[in-house]
Amino acid sequence: MSFPWAKQYTPTNPVMKFFDEKLPLPRLVYDAVGAGYPVPRNLSYMWNFGVLAGFFLVLQIVTGVVLAMHYAANAQVAFATTEHIMRDVNWGWLMRYAHANGASFFFIVVYLHIFRGFFYGSYKAPREMIWLLGVVIFLLMMATAFMGYVLPWGQMSFWGAKVITGLFGAIPLVGEPIQIWLLGGFAPDNAALNRFFSLHFLLPFVIAGVVILHIWALHIPGSSNPTGVEVKDESDTVPFHPYYTAKDGFGLGFVLIFFAIMVFFLPNALGHPDNYIEANPLSTPAHIVPEWYFWPFYAILRAFTVDFILPAKLWGVIAMFAAILIWFFLPWLDKSPVRSGHYRPLFRKFFWFGLIPAMAVLFYCGGAPAEEPYVMFSQIATAYYFLHFLVILPIVSSMEKPEPLPYSITEAVLGSDEKAVLGDNTESTA
Amino acid sequence: MIRLISIFIGLGFTVVVLWAFGNGAYVAATEGLGEETAEHAFHEHAHGPEGGFKHDGVFGKWDTAQLQRGYQVYKEVCSSCHALKYVAVRDLAKLGYTDAEIKAEAASLSVPGIDPDTGEAIVRPGLPTDYYLSPYPNDVAAAAANNNAIPPDLSLMAKARHNGTDYVYSLLTGYSEAPSALKAEFPEFETPEGLYFNSYFPNLNLAMAPPLTTDGQVTYADGTDATIDQMAQDVAAFLTWTAEPTLVERRQHGWPVLGFLLFATILAWLAKKQVWSAVKPRKEAQGLPDGD
Repeated sequence: MSFPWAKQYTPTNPVMKFFDEKLPLPRLVYDAVGAGYPVPRNLSYMWNFGVLAGFFLVLQIVTGVVLAMHYAANAQVAFATTEHIMRDVNWGWLMRYAHANGASFFFIVVYLHIFRGFFYGSYKAPREMIWLLGVVIFLLMMATAFMGYVLPWGQMSFWGAKVITGLFGAIPLVGEPIQIWLLGGFAPDNAALNRFFSLHFLLPFVIAGVVILHIWALHIPGSSNPTGVEVKDESDTVPFHPYYTAKDGFGLGFVLIFFAIMVFFLPNALGHPDNYIEANPLSTPAHIVPEWYFWPFYAILRAFTVDFILPAKLWGVIAMFAAILIWFFLPWLDKSPVRSGHYRPLFRKFFWFGLIPAMAVLFYCGGAPAEEPYVMFSQIATAYYFLHFLVILPIVSSMEKPEPLPYSITEAVLGSDEKAVLGDNTESTA
Repeated sequence: MIRLISIFIGLGFTVVVLWAFGNGAYVAATEGLGEETAEHAFHEHAHGPEGGFKHDGVFGKWDTAQLQRGYQVYKEVCSSCHALKYVAVRDLAKLGYTDAEIKAEAASLSVPGIDPDTGEAIVRPGLPTDYYLSPYPNDVAAAAANNNAIPPDLSLMAKARHNGTDYVYSLLTGYSEAPSALKAEFPEFETPEGLYFNSYFPNLNLAMAPPLTTDGQVTYADGTDATIDQMAQDVAAFLTWTAEPTLVERRQHGWPVLGFLLFATILAWLAKKQVWSAVKPRKEAQGLPDGD
């Protein structure tokens, strides 16, 4: 599962020798994220975000477990125990703000990780399974984050839960029973809060499990790289440790500076003031908005305003889920043999001038009130979003003439590769 | 095949959402982008007092004298309707009150309790561990006494509104007659009996009567001149403290953390440079960004 030139783990310390014989855990780590994992030498900083996502998953689990020690998932006291954490628990404010902002940073780094995948074609063969598992992780993250936001039992918690579970009510015939079954009642209350807490505690460990599969699947073909040309030779790679541990260490420090600024100086900037009002089923907030990381999908949900054979609400729900589910098919929709957007002139234009602006518009409109002109903007952007993945990508990938690829990673980095045969990049375009 | 299906589905979504867009655009073109409302046109954004607060900014610190004055305003004015149910009397220690003062403050509260001998419901003097509860026995009583509006708990008010501190200050100083421009533009707008016009309140008509009505309404223990503006500032600062008692402590912890992270990140960058110096790549090769 690794390149033939990968370094072998050879323990010299007797304790480590003992371990390697009985339980080769050090060997596993050595081969996974140590000197035993050869990685393309030309990775840019866009390849830092996988490790960063792993860091924030661990941070969320650690802070979350501590918070769970002081929180009570009961609709009568949930809001008060959150305030108890903020006021009376030693360092409780730090734990809660780190957890709330940690969720945001988890999404930031995962979105960048996903966009890296979109641009560099990381989803393409032979890495389809890594991509599929990644989409599963993202879906699990969304479920976990949604349920976590319900736990403080503020106004946005309650009304967000009501709106999101209400989406299931749009399903014909069985929608309403499903909604009641999910909530354990007709509206979010103690039953819903309790099960959300239980699942919010469980799902991060499920995510951690899928992350292990994600990394396992990664180690079969090895990491992709900005040229999209596969590794040919030892000169194309460097050992993960110390090269990428050093680079990831710097990347982590850089991101943690911004994280600390948010936690210590702007802890509520990404939240909503209404969530400091205790949940009140009798008082609807003027604008119900989810957390920022759901805004693009919330905009898609609200873009379908007119019945068209099916009711508008059902269209919105289908489109919102489809917006993510279509990512599962990406490896088979984009058939261009060239992975990296750097060598795909037409794809690149649609990516930078189509997908990115459309996502930006959806993001902005998802956080704005459901009023004109925001709805019209999000309708145009939604149309482009689906066109991009389902129509443009398949067509572009069959008609585009890619730019010439370097022979190897070594050639791309050093300008020449002594093993290069002129014009021979057949392996990577085949 | 999969791509044909995909193109078909993609066009399907596009047609439906563009149909919705067409409908919306037609409505917008024929009827405009929705009617302007008085609440939207005449709602003013909250602003702080001139000079701001001592706790503003990343280096800001509590002005404990001001917080004590704000507490006095809360106690003498606001507390007749509003609770601070997440604030205990013992918390006043952080505002510079002594133990004896806190005990005296607590004793001045009337707290529902149980007679230890008979088990009957009684009202007992408060203890430092008691919280500032609502003066009303329940929400129904609170609504009945206040024109059907329940006075909200104020503990978190400064965080429960956009720009909460400024909102409290602006609201308390923002009562006025409805401006004539408003009446000219929206003749049907009126302030019903028992409500009060306030341009900082989202729907402009507020159930709370102006609480700070005259200069000198409170006689400050420290001799500060109790103008309406001063009282509003002081209580806004106090409610900022009740909403986030760890505000200043949090920022003070932030600086060493940032300093450490900056230092560690510079070290990490130097380490990375050192490690990579042996395999230094050529930058901008093949038009790629940073080939590191």
